[in-house]
Amino acid sequence: MKFGVIVFPGSNCDHDAFYATSGNLNQESVYLWHKDTVIPDDIDCVIVPGGFSYGDYLRCGAIARFSPIMNEVVKFAENGKPVIGICNGFQILIEAGLLPGALMRNASLHFLCKDIYLRTENNSTLFTSELKKDEVIRIPIAHGEGNYFADPDTIKMLEENNRIVFRYSTPEGEIKDEVNPNGSINNIAGIINEKGNVLGMMPHPERYSDEILGCNDGIKVFESILKHINKG
Amino acid sequence: MKTDKELYSEIAVDVNVAKECGLTEKEYEMICDILGRVPTYTEIGIYGVMWSEHCSYKNSIKQLKTLPRSGGRLLVDAGEENAGLIDIGHGYAICFKIESHNHPSAIEPFQGAATGVGGILRDIFSMGARPIAALNSLRFGELTTPRIKYLLRGVVEGISHYGNCFGVPTVGGEIYFEDCYHDNPLVNAMAVGIVKTDKTASAGATGPGNPVFIVGSSTGKDGIHGASLLASREFDELTEDMRPTVQVGDPFSEKLLLEATLELIDAGVVVGVQDMGAAGICCSTSEMSAKGKVGMKIDLDLVPLREQNMSAYEIMLSESQERMLFIIEKGKEAEAIRICNKWDVPITQIGEITDSGVLEIYRFGNLVVNMDAEPLVLGGGAPQYDRETKEPEYLKLTRNFDFTQLNINHTLSDAFWKILKSPSLASKKWIFEQYDSQVRTNTVDITGDAAIMRLKELPGMGIAVKTDCNSKFVYLNPYVGGLIAVAEAARNVVCVGAEPVGITNCLNFGNPYDPEVYWTFKEAVKGMGDACRALNTPVTGGNVSFHNESRNRAIFPTPTIGMLGLIDDLNKTSKSGFQNENDVICLVGNNREELGGSEYLKVMHDLVTGDAPMLDIEEEKRLYKVILDAIGNKIINSAHDISDGGLALCLAEKAIKSNGNLGAEIFIGENTIGKLFGESQSRVVVSLSDDNFAKLESLANANNIELRKIGQVTKERFSIEGCISTTVNELKLAYEGAIPEIMG
Repeated sequence: MKFGVIVFPGSNCDHDAFYATSGNLNQESVYLWHKDTVIPDDIDCVIVPGGFSYGDYLRCGAIARFSPIMNEVVKFAENGKPVIGICNGFQILIEAGLLPGALMRNASLHFLCKDIYLRTENNSTLFTSELKKDEVIRIPIAHGEGNYFADPDTIKMLEENNRIVFRYSTPEGEIKDEVNPNGSINNIAGIINEKGNVLGMMPHPERYSDEILGCNDGIKVFESILKHINKG
Repeated sequence: MKTDKELYSEIAVDVNVAKECGLTEKEYEMICDILGRVPTYTEIGIYGVMWSEHCSYKNSIKQLKTLPRSGGRLLVDAGEENAGLIDIGHGYAICFKIESHNHPSAIEPFQGAATGVGGILRDIFSMGARPIAALNSLRFGELTTPRIKYLLRGVVEGISHYGNCFGVPTVGGEIYFEDCYHDNPLVNAMAVGIVKTDKTASAGATGPGNPVFIVGSSTGKDGIHGASLLASREFDELTEDMRPTVQVGDPFSEKLLLEATLELIDAGVVVGVQDMGAAGICCSTSEMSAKGKVGMKIDLDLVPLREQNMSAYEIMLSESQERMLFIIEKGKEAEAIRICNKWDVPITQIGEITDSGVLEIYRFGNLVVNMDAEPLVLGGGAPQYDRETKEPEYLKLTRNFDFTQLNINHTLSDAFWKILKSPSLASKKWIFEQYDSQVRTNTVDITGDAAIMRLKELPGMGIAVKTDCNSKFVYLNPYVGGLIAVAEAARNVVCVGAEPVGITNCLNFGNPYDPEVYWTFKEAVKGMGDACRALNTPVTGGNVSFHNESRNRAIFPTPTIGMLGLIDDLNKTSKSGFQNENDVICLVGNNREELGGSEYLKVMHDLVTGDAPMLDIEEEKRLYKVILDAIGNKIINSAHDISDGGLALCLAEKAIKSNGNLGAEIFIGENTIGKLFGESQSRVVVSLSDDNFAKLESLANANNIELRKIGQVTKERFSIEGCISTTVNELKLAYEGAIPEIMG
């Protein structure tokens, strides 16, 4: 299959997503330039990577979402093709209206980079089929604004429709305040859209997709996408 | 170079103007002699910065030349290019350098630290290398006052802001708190990059007719006199007024500048490139011209400015960040412009190379500078001084300190806990977690004695990097302290399984015009040089920061070492913490029980005294052989060197960093303060399966290194017989809780 990794000015996890999907997953990967007005037909999945698009001097993702390529990403998503936004990518997908809610500054007001544990809440998505329900994976976070917020109705809707894909948990899979790294409502770490083809998550699966880095739990997300595409 | 063209000077120059530019009366006379006339205002400004301590190394270069600065795996001699280059084989090189940003950080911690990171990153990518790791070595006053907490917060946020946004992982460094840094903190930033050896760029300008471009941000009034005045004098009551000399960093612009620069170099359109850090356009035009033995004709009216009507003097001296000077091959301008446009990076031609050796600079149609580049630069005409030296008085007292007069009214257990929680030793997690340590997915392990990075370009291979300097030892014995600074950094990379191959250094000292300070400088450089020669780790470059003092109090001499180690096989590395229950714990190395300069003396007696521990560099080398063989042959499961806090703290850290919740049961016979807390050098604590002990023993015997079993790895509990009995959880709580508790 073929991944397309978007490069915005200031993206800095673009190379990592490229490497995880090409070097680790052994699939084809190409970069998509932010000024492009077409996503080639042979792209099976778009990755909106992490980083600091446009420096994130304004609200994170607020400028990137006006990039020409984002119109194409919206169309790509509307056509039911898989889009995954990681970290800054998640922020951009929210700004673009593909996912609900907002990502506020971490409750600690500090940037935070550390390993966290995620409990798989929904393994019936195309992004999580290689994970078991309630499976706990270790993946790093690295963000200053990952504090997920939405109004109570939206949260209720997300909860009821099983659209919360990952939650911050203990290594044993308990959902507790002590392991909530950023203040997100209900320990939300990743959500999916209604159609189930757009995933946004703050943690970085591409960072733990290689055994040599001490953990490759993250590759299961990419393996799930691969399985979905191969199924046709 | 005499010219008939009429020169324009905004202000008439005399000796007083020269002094305002940071020059001495004698230097002013030298300049008039060189020019054969009175310089223009812009010219004297250029001389002021180029002959400043910061740019010219006038008071340090003679000593630096005694260091081993070539040979081995070095691809360029130290000081020749923007950063050092070490050949790692297979067509690749590692590019690395450390630099100070002390004074800016003291008066504006956030921007000072941020632009320190930005500056060192530009040094790396201006060589054509992609930055893959950043480290920083920080020193602050005691973490007890609001001012020090403010400085720490600001510096950490500045580093985090710049490094995280730029996209380089911050993987290591060290932070110490010591009263002598109260007014003058140290912020030393190191960066490491990787480059194909046939794709490196040079900082030389060649080829008359080739166009000169300024690439990156526009030029503003920020940072004027950063190098000549702020960085090259002590702190006093006027320093606060110099906040406008601190630059403002924009990591987003730097990220784009990185991508554009690497693409320009890769496209083969670049003749030479130099980043604009200290002294901005002055420094880049004169150094590049002098290096390439050419001249440049520059029209400052073409430089994109942040505000109108800036004078030639201001434009030349501005230290606005995120700018590069590029010499592009004539005929390839369109390709260069295309690449910069792609990245939305401004690129503007401001002049061209001439064959005259003369810098000819115009503003508003007036010729404002018309002088040779060569006399401006280090290695050319910049002055080189020998300074007076005198052994410091205080050494008589510290060396003769009588340890029997210590009033010991504490238990060993009290001392253990107090040292474990002292901010210099306690966990820096609160700080490190604010840095992105993993972006670019090369970070293998940062919990050990040095950070291990894999190299995607060379599968299976890696590097280990570390910064280090125990300034208390350098204060108490500059020569031995210099030796130890290098040896300890090397020992750190050895403990993770890497072969030390080269260093970069950042020499932070007080006022060089003070003979006592200069004596410590000379001695420390001698010690470093001897260690580097013995360990075959040449100096690839670095930076000198003098004038680190305030109100007549100099900092401890702090020659920070940035060490690079090579790992041939990433499967053969070592962790620092215990790995398996029931492993035996061994002390590899001597048991000399030296207390001079120890953390114990400082924390328990408020003393920095005694002599630095001895260091036998041959013993040190034999130790490396034992540890590297033991790691390479998978004889041991962990290795951690004994440093601050001595054996007791080394053991505690091995438990805290263990795989799971592993502790230790330690028996070392009679417990003495020296045995538990002494900081004797050339020692490593390892853990291994008892089955492998005989192999380790024969390695140690073959290399004439002492070895003794001192205990066993256990579950959950940590005890040193007769001194301490606790749990690993308690250790973690104390160690990790100390700094968050202070910072709130």
